[in-house]
Amino acid sequence: MVPTHYYLILSAILFGLGVVAFMFRRNIITIFMSIELMLNAVNLAFVAFSRALNKLDGQVFVLFVIVVAAAEAAVGLGIIIVIARNRQSLNVERVDLLKL
Amino acid sequence: MNAPLIIFFVLAAMCVLGAISLILQRHPIHSALSLIVVMVALAGLYLLMGAEFVAAVQIIVYGGAIMVLFVFVIMLLNAGVEERTNLSKLAGFAGIPLGVALMGFLAAAVARSQDMVQVATQTGTAAPTKALANLLFQDFVYPFELTSFLILIAILGAIVLAQRENA
Amino acid sequence: MSILNYLWIIPALPLLGSAVNGLFGSKWPNKIVNVVAVGSTGLSFLAALEAVREFTHLAPENIPWVKQYFTWIIAGDFRAGFDLQIDHLTVVMLLVVTGVGWLIHIYSTGYMAHEGGYYRFFSYLNLFMFFMLILVLAANYVLLFVGWEGVGLSSYLLIGFYFLRKSASDAGKKAFIVNRIGDFGFMLGMFLLFRTFGTLDFVPLFAKATPMPADAMGHLGMFTVACLLLFMGACGKSAQLPLYVWLPDAMEGPTPVSALIHAATMVTAGVYVVARSHILFTHAPTAMFVVAVVGCATAFFAATIGLVQTDIKRVLAYSTVSQLGYMFLACGVGAFSAGIFHLMTHAFFKALLFLAAGSVIHAIGGEQDMMRMGGLSKKIRWTYVTMLTATLAIAGFPPLAGFFSKDAILLSAYQSEHGGRILYAFGLLTALLTSFYMFRLIFLTFHGKPRYDEKKVHVHESPKSMLVPLMILAVLSIIGGWMAAPAFFGSPDYFAKFLEPVFAQTAGGAEAAEAAAQALEIPLAIVAVVSALLGFAVAFWLYLKQPGKPAQLAKSMSGVYNTLLHKYYVDEIYNAIIVNPLLWVSTSVLWQAVDVRAIDATVNGIAEGATDIGDGVRHTQSGNTRSYAVWVVIGALVIIAIIFWPYFRPATVGMVR
Repeated sequence: MVPTHYYLILSAILFGLGVVAFMFRRNIITIFMSIELMLNAVNLAFVAFSRALNKLDGQVFVLFVIVVAAAEAAVGLGIIIVIARNRQSLNVERVDLLKL
Repeated sequence: MNAPLIIFFVLAAMCVLGAISLILQRHPIHSALSLIVVMVALAGLYLLMGAEFVAAVQIIVYGGAIMVLFVFVIMLLNAGVEERTNLSKLAGFAGIPLGVALMGFLAAAVARSQDMVQVATQTGTAAPTKALANLLFQDFVYPFELTSFLILIAILGAIVLAQRENA
Repeated sequence: MSILNYLWIIPALPLLGSAVNGLFGSKWPNKIVNVVAVGSTGLSFLAALEAVREFTHLAPENIPWVKQYFTWIIAGDFRAGFDLQIDHLTVVMLLVVTGVGWLIHIYSTGYMAHEGGYYRFFSYLNLFMFFMLILVLAANYVLLFVGWEGVGLSSYLLIGFYFLRKSASDAGKKAFIVNRIGDFGFMLGMFLLFRTFGTLDFVPLFAKATPMPADAMGHLGMFTVACLLLFMGACGKSAQLPLYVWLPDAMEGPTPVSALIHAATMVTAGVYVVARSHILFTHAPTAMFVVAVVGCATAFFAATIGLVQTDIKRVLAYSTVSQLGYMFLACGVGAFSAGIFHLMTHAFFKALLFLAAGSVIHAIGGEQDMMRMGGLSKKIRWTYVTMLTATLAIAGFPPLAGFFSKDAILLSAYQSEHGGRILYAFGLLTALLTSFYMFRLIFLTFHGKPRYDEKKVHVHESPKSMLVPLMILAVLSIIGGWMAAPAFFGSPDYFAKFLEPVFAQTAGGAEAAEAAAQALEIPLAIVAVVSALLGFAVAFWLYLKQPGKPAQLAKSMSGVYNTLLHKYYVDEIYNAIIVNPLLWVSTSVLWQAVDVRAIDATVNGIAEGATDIGDGVRHTQSGNTRSYAVWVVIGALVIIAIIFWPYFRPATVGMVR
């Protein structure tokens, strides 16, 4: 059997990689995808715990996470489309209207 | 070294390679495809753990709907290769160390606490979908109904956002 | 209505005059300012006379008469109140201050008539009267010190009256600062007295002090230290060595100021304090000896400087310092009543001298250098006559006032047990010098050929407002000493008898010496008169008979002459040793190093640090989304680290299980 903590370490690595991608990429869509990666890493952890504790609550939570991720992706991509239309660029560093 | 462990390592390698590829690819479409690889691998891992329903949902919803959405948007926006601007010095310098630190922390925390996780006896059977459904519609019915609202609002939002502005 | 119950009226009247003139006087014509100022002082004088009259009817057990008006300070067991007291000593001081003060006010109305700031002058002058009266009427050291400081303040204001002149404002500052140095000693003395006796009121303090044993000679006991500290204050206020340097410079002020403050009243405050504290001083023979020595040395030292000065007011200033030395000499050898007697007669003739000098200056159009005067005796007769009277008095010619008072002092000095002969010798020598330089002043100013341009200067006699006080003071200079005259003929000295209840302690030892004194009195008096005549003769010879001789002598003894002319270079020495190093420390160390580089730098540094921190932190708000992402990750890392920290320590891993 695969020990639980193997899954957890894998989850941690995937999460870290998602964070690195989030910090390094300049394309908005790619950043968004890295967020999805992070969510998946978390899902993995949930399922691993669900199996370890022999309860199904973890998997129910995973379902909810997937639903929320779907909704978030829909709305987020909609925003990205609007931004891309306005700024003519998908480079996140061009979206700097936050600067004073 | 038994079969589950080998399968685990193969799938884990696929996940990690896919994630690294996500970081390193220049064209967003390649990043999207790498992400799909990661998700499929994760679905495999779920199956390995006996969560068949979750694995199925992962493929159908995540891989089949969300990633397709991503690909559609990339196509729609004609996203090309990224420009190489570097306006944020901070991200350049601090990025990798921070990521490594994060990973290190979490992994180390997990590794050191491996004795703490109380592992119940593994039945070795797959989780029954029926039990999952019972749980979902009895104990978690309230969040379940709320998510339907959430989806509705998301749909509305997406429609409003994506409209072209009429003159 | 007994004025003894309302003693506060005596100082309050000049204060009222000062306030009214100060607040409203700038709009009033001179006449109204006169009425307010002279009137308030005159009324104060009348009140003082009435108080004295009532005082003479008081029963002996009520003396000293103390009236407590309100409590000023209460701290624990210590109480200092606005308490006024009258005893015999106060009577003398009160009459001198109000009487001479009033005459000088009248004189000033004439002298200052054409000066700007007329109302301001009288406001300050009245303020001075107020503080001086507080000083003499005070029943405790604290209130006395209030008056003490107040007269110092008024002196500063009045010396620097012509404040647009740098020399005048410098002189005012010098007076105030040198006084302050003395006041430091005075305060320390007060603290010591309070610590020893628990109170600073005169009556209880002296009552507690009387039965205590006296300090041995040469031993620095409590009494000695306290008295030396009080004397340090007296040195500052009464211009003794080494704190006399402010008095000659104080001549920058108008002449009536010099007359009132620096001749008759303020400078005598030091003598008054020593006399008032005589019980403490008699318990400290070392302190008395120091007082006597300092007084004698100052008298001699100042007289030598006065020999060669050419400014008429400077000569009188050094003369004042010298005469004050005599008063301290008297107190130092135990003859307190003689010292106070000399204080009184000196007030008369020195005020007269200054006022007459002012009259001369006024007559000759503002010139103060005696070398540019001469031959004025016929042109300003009255001024000449009164000034000559005062000169005869100060030189010690009988039967004028100075003779009796100086004689009493020299007699007591001669009889003193600690080096009395030497003190007497120097005192006698000083008397000779005094006579010499005073007659030199008369001859240079009034006799000989006129050394001024007769066409340019129109010599005119002063108005009545100036002459009448001169005449009154001249009369007082003549008759003022007669109360002590009976001493010559074996009967008791009226003045000393009057003050006896105050100085009863010191009179005890003097009784045995009285008999010896009678025998010595006449011979010593003759010696004194001879020395006065000698001084007159030398001055006569040098300045009238052989007018070229003084210049010749000056050339041949140029070293000595220059030293005396430059006042022994004392001011220069003080500047080099004290003033300039202090200024250097203030500028280089305290200002530049501490204030600019340390304090300002710290404050500015904190401000700059805040700005720099802001500059640094500003970069987090770059508007760049990627850097925001990094900050988010950093924050998340911090939180995770905090949460997971216990799990990383080896000890806890085992525990949690």
